[in-house]
Amino acid sequence: MTQLTTPPRPAVGLGTTRHLPAWAPYAALAVSAAFSGAVLALAGFNTAGWLVLTAVVFTVLLVSASRAVEGPRKATDRFVTSLVVGAFLLALIPLVSVAWTVVSNGAARFDVEFFTYSMRGIVGEGGGAAHAIAGTLIITAITTVISVPIGILTAVYLVEYGRGSVARTITFLVDVMTGIPSIVAGLFSVALFTLLLGPGVRLGIMGSVALCVLMIPVVVRSTEEILRLVPHELREASYALGVPKWRTVVKVVLRTSVAGIGTGVTLAIARVIGETAPLLVTLGVTSAINYNPFDGRMSTLPTFAWFSYATPTLPVEASIDRAWTAALVLVILVMLFNLIARIVSRAFSPKTR
Amino acid sequence: MSKRIDVSDLNIYYGDFLAVEGVSMAIEPRSVTAFIGPSGCGKSTFLRSLNRMHEVIPGARVEGKVVMDGQDLYGSDIDPVDVRRTVGMVFQRPNPFPTMSIAENVLAGARLNSKRMRKSEADDLVESSLQGANLWNEVKDRLDRPGAGLSGGQQQRLCIARAIAVKPQVLLMDEPCSALDPISTLAIEDLIQKLKSDYTIVIVTHNMQQASRVSDMTAFFNIAGTGKPGKLIEMSDTASIFSNPSQKATEDYVSGRFG
Repeated sequence: MTQLTTPPRPAVGLGTTRHLPAWAPYAALAVSAAFSGAVLALAGFNTAGWLVLTAVVFTVLLVSASRAVEGPRKATDRFVTSLVVGAFLLALIPLVSVAWTVVSNGAARFDVEFFTYSMRGIVGEGGGAAHAIAGTLIITAITTVISVPIGILTAVYLVEYGRGSVARTITFLVDVMTGIPSIVAGLFSVALFTLLLGPGVRLGIMGSVALCVLMIPVVVRSTEEILRLVPHELREASYALGVPKWRTVVKVVLRTSVAGIGTGVTLAIARVIGETAPLLVTLGVTSAINYNPFDGRMSTLPTFAWFSYATPTLPVEASIDRAWTAALVLVILVMLFNLIARIVSRAFSPKTR
Repeated sequence: MSKRIDVSDLNIYYGDFLAVEGVSMAIEPRSVTAFIGPSGCGKSTFLRSLNRMHEVIPGARVEGKVVMDGQDLYGSDIDPVDVRRTVGMVFQRPNPFPTMSIAENVLAGARLNSKRMRKSEADDLVESSLQGANLWNEVKDRLDRPGAGLSGGQQQRLCIARAIAVKPQVLLMDEPCSALDPISTLAIEDLIQKLKSDYTIVIVTHNMQQASRVSDMTAFFNIAGTGKPGKLIEMSDTASIFSNPSQKATEDYVSGRFG
């Protein structure tokens, strides 16, 4: 009879865990902030020290409380969560700081005159960056038009056709190009055009050529990664319908990955639009609007900002304000490009409903 | 609409590795031929060599003859793209094009080749192909929705519709039901029976009940060991393969006494 009366086995570890209440982290934060403030008030208060001490005390407090109540596994989870959140906040500091500084300093001259006037004949207050905005758009557009086809075609070759030593050599060269310092790209362009047109030339197209050297490897790399993500089954499905390889590449592989390629191109544009050094040696600086990239000096927003800041005219504040606003306009331009790319990729990306 | 395929002494390689050795067989038109055998024995490899899909893998090549209509598919004057238009293929996992709607998926063979087509013509092709694949009634109200939004079994039938929309003579199916539930499997098996009257069908399957249900002829492939080439052990009409096979290995395999 004894076998029949064995007691039911207890449910293993279920329903027995205790939890800290949901408000525990916030309470811990408040306590540690007050505690750190009190400690520092005795030793002399400063904000950075208070934030760091609060973070340390908060982590210790929360983890030991959790260890006592919830056990070691939950405590480890709380500890790592605190580290991750801390790292996130740390990474946000420079971003928020840059955004805040640029907006607050740039707002002063963010007016109609800034977008409609160049610096031609302007000394002192007033004036604008119309020449630099036009220059940035023209140079970046030419760079994109040259780099994107070369970059995408290279990536298509590497992923779809390239085998053996040729492909390996190209991959190696692209890797080397990715690491070229931007000033070297600028000097390359100067050297090239000096050979072609003689010394002392400054042309918009020279700047574009320099930026192409920087942009092409970025486009190749990102496009290559995206093309490798296209499932092989899709290529096979296309071949099995009697579609030649080149049509498969154009209409299936590139079509499927167009959203990702768009993102990669946008990142590459963001990479080159803020370049300063190679443009200083290839474009020079000018204060007048020049729409012709094949004739004479051009200004861009980064070189304009640098020039206003490095060689201010009196009153100095007017030049500095212009430099900040140029930085703000540059940030807004990059954000606009990103936004457009997002919208375009959403329209093209694969859907399931 | 359907053609006979004669294979003689076919050796299939991946680089230097001989994957399938010395296969000769005749595949009859307007019938279903099933390939069975253990994993890795070369059934799928052999199937893919019938429409020259094998060679899209780098280093893969084929020796021997595959003759359809008196023409060697591997002849030097034959374009593999034409072969694939004549010999369609359905894959193990449904693979509709994710950027295309249901209708565009069906028309993919024409559209990807930039074939000009009137609207009414295209609509007719979509309807007849989807009817042919027993999918029309389920999707006729949402032809412009993405193909990837269908269920697995519907996607596989969409892939079959896509394959028959290019009007092939032969349809190769590489384990078309292995990713599907029993109900979708039944739908595809019914479809195979229906398609048999118009096409030569070759199907690879791991499911012996399926082979016995749908096929007229069955070929058993086997492999002597890892690294050895796969071989065609026996091919006969399905009834005798499953009830009275002439080879011991076949009998062991179909009766489950394998390995």
